[in-house]
Amino acid sequence: MAEHKIKEPLIHIVKRNRIPMWKTWLIRLSAILVALVVSGLVGFLLTRSNPIRIYAVMIDGSFGTERRIWGMLQNLAMLLCVSLAVTPAFKMRFWNIGAEGQVLMGGLASAACMILFGNSLPNGILILVMIIASIAAGAIWAFVPAIFRSFWNTNETLFTLMMNYIAIQIVSFFSYKWSVPKGSGNVGIINRDTHAGWLPVVGGKSYLLNILIVLGLTIIMHVYLWYSKHGYEISVVGESENTARYIGLSVRKVILRTMLISGAISGIAGWLLVAGTDHTISRNTAAGRGFTAIMVAWLAKFNPLTMILTSFLLAFFEKGAVEISTKFGLNESFSDIITGIIIFFIIGSEFFIQYSIKFREKEEK
Amino acid sequence: MAENQRSEVPAIRLKGITKAFAGKVVANDNIDLSVYHGQILSILGENGSGKTTLMNVISGIYFPDHGHIYVDGEEVVMRSPKDALRHNIGMIHQHFKLVDVFSATENIILGLEDKSRYDLKQCVKQVKEIANQYGFEIDPERKIYDMSVSEKQTVEIIKVLYRGADILILDEPTAVLTPQETEKLFGVLRKMRDEGKAIIIITHKLHEVLSLSDKVTVLCKGKNVGTVVTAQTNEEELTELMVGKKVILNIDRSEPKNVQPRLIVKNLNCKGVEGVDVLKDINFTINSGEILGIAGIAGSGQKELLESIAGLQKCEGEIIFMDPESGEEKDLRKKTPLQIRDLGVSLSFVPEDRLGMGLVGNMNIVDNIMLRSYNKGKGVFLNRTESSELAEKIIKDLEVVTPGKTTPIRRLSGGNVQKVLVGREIAESPTVLMTAYPVRGLDINSSYMIYNLLNNQKESGTAVVFVGEDLDVLIALCDRILVLSSGHVSGIVDARKTSKAEIGLLMTQNTNKDGASDGRA
Repeated sequence: MAEHKIKEPLIHIVKRNRIPMWKTWLIRLSAILVALVVSGLVGFLLTRSNPIRIYAVMIDGSFGTERRIWGMLQNLAMLLCVSLAVTPAFKMRFWNIGAEGQVLMGGLASAACMILFGNSLPNGILILVMIIASIAAGAIWAFVPAIFRSFWNTNETLFTLMMNYIAIQIVSFFSYKWSVPKGSGNVGIINRDTHAGWLPVVGGKSYLLNILIVLGLTIIMHVYLWYSKHGYEISVVGESENTARYIGLSVRKVILRTMLISGAISGIAGWLLVAGTDHTISRNTAAGRGFTAIMVAWLAKFNPLTMILTSFLLAFFEKGAVEISTKFGLNESFSDIITGIIIFFIIGSEFFIQYSIKFREKEEK
Repeated sequence: MAENQRSEVPAIRLKGITKAFAGKVVANDNIDLSVYHGQILSILGENGSGKTTLMNVISGIYFPDHGHIYVDGEEVVMRSPKDALRHNIGMIHQHFKLVDVFSATENIILGLEDKSRYDLKQCVKQVKEIANQYGFEIDPERKIYDMSVSEKQTVEIIKVLYRGADILILDEPTAVLTPQETEKLFGVLRKMRDEGKAIIIITHKLHEVLSLSDKVTVLCKGKNVGTVVTAQTNEEELTELMVGKKVILNIDRSEPKNVQPRLIVKNLNCKGVEGVDVLKDINFTINSGEILGIAGIAGSGQKELLESIAGLQKCEGEIIFMDPESGEEKDLRKKTPLQIRDLGVSLSFVPEDRLGMGLVGNMNIVDNIMLRSYNKGKGVFLNRTESSELAEKIIKDLEVVTPGKTTPIRRLSGGNVQKVLVGREIAESPTVLMTAYPVRGLDINSSYMIYNLLNNQKESGTAVVFVGEDLDVLIALCDRILVLSSGHVSGIVDARKTSKAEIGLLMTQNTNKDGASDGRA
């Protein structure tokens, strides 16, 4: 009587104990391939054109001309820079989704310096003042939620998110105040004639210095996270606050310090965007990078060096998707669809790295 | 209360229930028991004796490997708590499962598959009726977050009654209650019994068993070692059944040498999260060259006691460290672990929660070894060389089974995790070494290795504290044993002269001086 048949479920999800490195990359690679097939199919259904041609256009969008390659690299660098900013916070399990606002505030500080001191300060000092102002602005924007979290245990996700909206409105206000012509709401290119405060052009390539700075930051962040005492403390606090308490570490201090760093790097990203790329400021200056960066960092498991690869992947697909939209006369939403499909598969592949699926073995009758 | 029995058929009867975990650990071994309507059965047993597993089997959470369950004489098969409820079995868990922002009534009706219209007013009325019937005090429209622990428990009980439960199972219901609240609860339970409900209550407290229940079933190591009628038994008999026969262990215990007071705890008081006293007027001394055992039912304040000394818990009272070199007295109270270290006090602590507190599961062995020492030395960069060497030494000396020193610690088995933790704490050559359940979940060989390590520490003059649950081990390993009972020190005994029965009695003793919890008085 007690031997009641309980049917084994058809599929089991089993946590993998260990998985060799090559296999994880095989899973990731096949995820990208599947993503390409699916988005090719969607592209075919919507445009009725050959999927191969769609991909050719995609690659062309990023690598077609030297100009496009530099544009793609610049995009990559900026995305990577914001990703570097969110990484220490996320490694500490502090869900800073306010990088968007922190970048904007950094950019706003740079733009303010360019407009206010563009004619009065020598260029070298102006650039220095801009860097300091941007770092301070980004850091303050990250520090406020950190204070509330560490003293009153508020929810940092909501707090940092809300700070984004405040930043966007502040930038909107100043875009109107500084707009050229007055009342247009557009700041336009700042210091178009004097180039005061602009990032110098190195080696004849306008984005080269940008890229080099971000590369430097990447290496510094890698060393900071893996080889410094601070980085170690971030890991401990992130993994277990109880352990941090146990070894006598002040969780509050680590949170405040790390968020200052996170915000400061966001500020640098804002400065690079305003002084090195756009030479203007608008509420779209950060362009959603504050959110995309979270994906970049997460996919790379918060390893700054791997983040070069993941930010390349996202920058490439985004550029390519935009190219498809314009070439085939579709609107921007199509590029969002393609990017969405690809990201879905990349993130989904992580599940198959963590777990394996076993089917029920056939029962003997 | 045999004369109160309303039927000759047991409300619930278990026959040969066996449940093993992972095919190895037998939590319940061929257990028989029965409860009649109008009867209260207490289930008594030490930690890990299989009480909770058995209750989970009855309430449908676990499916037994073997055995039969009969409700009102008919065999039933229960595969989920829902099935159990269909047979009118309701369980009140130790940890409440309530939605904070809902009112009492909303929580009570939550999840009911009722096809009729949702009528909250009607439900409130029904809840009130149930409350009046059994003498509960409750405001059905009050939100859970406004409620005290005992009120929340009341909601849980009404929840199962509302669903028509006839057989109630309460898992350590008094653990979170004050003596007055306990008495109130017992009043309600007696009333329910008189109404014909069958009640099973799990508890550690002997005086509660004696004052409340009609029958007692004692579990020991997964087996039913005896069922006795409460009126015909006493504390001594129950304790003996509970702790079992003495087991001889071969632990080499040396005579303590150079015994000197090292840490003096005076009038230590500590409040828990719920504002209940978890430690009350604790006084004792930890001596060098000696192992002080701490015995007690789980949750009697062991964790808070060690954490208070380690600087991790807010507390009142005095904790004085006697420096062996300078002879200075140092006050450790209200100091953080870092401040304690800065005072020059080498205090090591092996916490109960190994992977949640003592170690970081996702970090590798070297980085875990580094937890205590990473901040040593100047400069902003980590120095992994020393920790790496220490990791190799610990792996070799303590025979840690691991693929390598860079393996994440969570991949190691429990025993190996513990060896890394103990190895690290001993490497500091501490003056005081505190260990909480250091052999829990370890196999015999690993356990003996830990015992030997503790003995070596003792011989080298360290003051060792060993919080344990196995009384045989405590008696064989320690020099003195301090017994905690609901936050009080109920006795400090000489381990060479004491017996399991004596410690068992001290553990379950009602040291509450108010006397308010003595039900029969």
